[in-house]
Amino acid sequence: MTTALLDVSGLSCRRGGRRVFDSLSFSVAGGELLALTGRNGSGKTTLLRAIALLVPAQAGQVRWQGEDVRADREAWCRRLAWLGHQEGLKGDLTVAENIAVAERLRGHVPEPARLQAALLAFDLDRLAHRPVRTLSAGQRRRAALARVVASQAPLWLLDEPLNALDAAARAALEAALSTHLAAGGLAIAATHAPLAGARALELA
Amino acid sequence: MSGVGALFLRDLRLVWRRPGDVAVVLAFFVVATVLFPLGIGPETNLLARIAAGILWCAALFASLLSLDHLFAADYEDGSLDLLLLAPWPLELAALAKCAAHWAVTGLPLAILAPLLGVAFGLDDRSLLVLALTLLVGTPALSLIGGLAAALTLGARRGGALLALLALPLCVPTLIFGASAIEASATGEGFMVHLAILGALALVSLATLPWAIAAALRQAGE
Amino acid sequence: MADLHFLANPARFRRFSRRVLPALSIVTAVALAVGLYWALVVAPPDYQQGDTVRIMFLHVPTASLAMGGYLLLAALGASLLVWRHPLAALMARATAPVGATYAAVCLVTGSLWGRPMWGTYWVWDARLTSFLLLFFLYLGHIALSRAYDDSERGDRAAAILAIVGAINVPIIKFSVDWWNTLHQPASIMRMGGPSIDPSLLWPLFWMMGALALLFATLVLLRTETEIDRRRLEIAENQD
Repeated sequence: MTTALLDVSGLSCRRGGRRVFDSLSFSVAGGELLALTGRNGSGKTTLLRAIALLVPAQAGQVRWQGEDVRADREAWCRRLAWLGHQEGLKGDLTVAENIAVAERLRGHVPEPARLQAALLAFDLDRLAHRPVRTLSAGQRRRAALARVVASQAPLWLLDEPLNALDAAARAALEAALSTHLAAGGLAIAATHAPLAGARALELA
Repeated sequence: MSGVGALFLRDLRLVWRRPGDVAVVLAFFVVATVLFPLGIGPETNLLARIAAGILWCAALFASLLSLDHLFAADYEDGSLDLLLLAPWPLELAALAKCAAHWAVTGLPLAILAPLLGVAFGLDDRSLLVLALTLLVGTPALSLIGGLAAALTLGARRGGALLALLALPLCVPTLIFGASAIEASATGEGFMVHLAILGALALVSLATLPWAIAAALRQAGE
Repeated sequence: MADLHFLANPARFRRFSRRVLPALSIVTAVALAVGLYWALVVAPPDYQQGDTVRIMFLHVPTASLAMGGYLLLAALGASLLVWRHPLAALMARATAPVGATYAAVCLVTGSLWGRPMWGTYWVWDARLTSFLLLFFLYLGHIALSRAYDDSERGDRAAAILAIVGAINVPIIKFSVDWWNTLHQPASIMRMGGPSIDPSLLWPLFWMMGALALLFATLVLLRTETEIDRRRLEIAENQD
């Protein structure tokens, strides 16, 4: 049995005076994919944002290898790859530029080979030099997923990654996920549709 | 290259892809300035006396006009999350974005203003001082406006609210910017004004990135 | 599910304010009545300004209290941002309109005083201009705190604005003073000033105290309202 890298214990979040979730505890080990399920408004997005420290938790802790992630926010940010509801892509930049800029913002020098591989994984090589504003919703989603793959971060936080994806893109995502997990990575995905190989955590 | 530099260059590149946005702001500056002689009358002495105030006010409005997109675009397309999750201080991101805003508005305004000053009958020395004060003062305007833009992210009536928040805070910069030109025109030294203007810009530089970062963090919550 | 943590502090505040408010209101009413009688009837008219000087008994205290109110806003903002004190946000919401009203009273009395003294309702006098800007700062705070669907976001945004604004108040004051001396000869008679007669000074102090009590009463009362309002909002969000 692998030991858990990510430990969430007693996490509670409140928004607008309303409890979103209360004393939530779970852990995720290397090579594991956790699927957050639950009805709309059950707090899946808030939980992802709380893990990323984008939303403050009223109580509880998020630990990585036993250490509270709030102790070193920057080190924690380096371990994260984020895919939100909005893709975080600039419409006036091309797909390749978007991914390269995101890498630079993370403090990495983009490696052409790695970017190329990420684009190929989502069948984006022909779209690489198209401005993002000309892409369809599904193509944008793929571009954002390619950005996640290119980051090589150990923990992926994905909010509704399957949104707008067709069957081929979905297969590409599952392939990318299984490569990531096989290399010892972790992923947490908020999702409505079932994801292959995922352990589900239902939020009430 | 660091993340800060990458963000600065990204914003410049985005402006470069849509040069129309900057052109509109500069056109607004020119048109707004030209309206004053039409409203007041073409008397050269009067125009020369009020030129400093008019040009500074118009520069202030033009600078604010372009600010509502500064963080709103990132907020709407999700890029703000990437900045919040960047492994370096958000204060630097705030600074980089304001610097990019200044480079595409404050800087061109400072270059453009003396040309308009000629039409107002300002003498050569005053034209130089006008450009200098705008060069030194507009960074403060970009930072103050940046704070207002960050505070109004996702708010109702964002644009008008932004102006209401930013304008009172811009008053010191406006006063010293305009009075420097007047002091130079009347033959007094303008260095004191310019020094105070510089001090105001430095105070903004030293304090506002923190406030902007705090505003952005709470917008991300 | 009721949010007990949020209600803990405000509930304690409610118990405190229920006990204090009635007494405070009575003391305030008496103090104001005595102060107004003293200022408007008992105090002698000024040998230069005549009865116009009585405006000062409202003008000077509201000026100081409007200024102090903004500092209070900044302190409440800091306490919200640093300690996430839920009561601070509600108190700030309660304080801003009261402070804005005081600033407005200061402006109106200033211009009423200006009519007989300067012959016009408005002069770009350093003090009046500074208070006009302070009034705008208040307006910005009020507008910002109420501009969000999520009131907690409005609270935090307004808190940041209040802190930045408070740092800027002395800078604005300094620049307006500078601007004023630059553009106007110092021939305008200043209000108040150090050479004020004791027979006018004591009622002035008294009015300052009475208006401060009024400020506190209004803020406490409005804070109670804000607590109720927030409770309703939470109740609406429950289901």
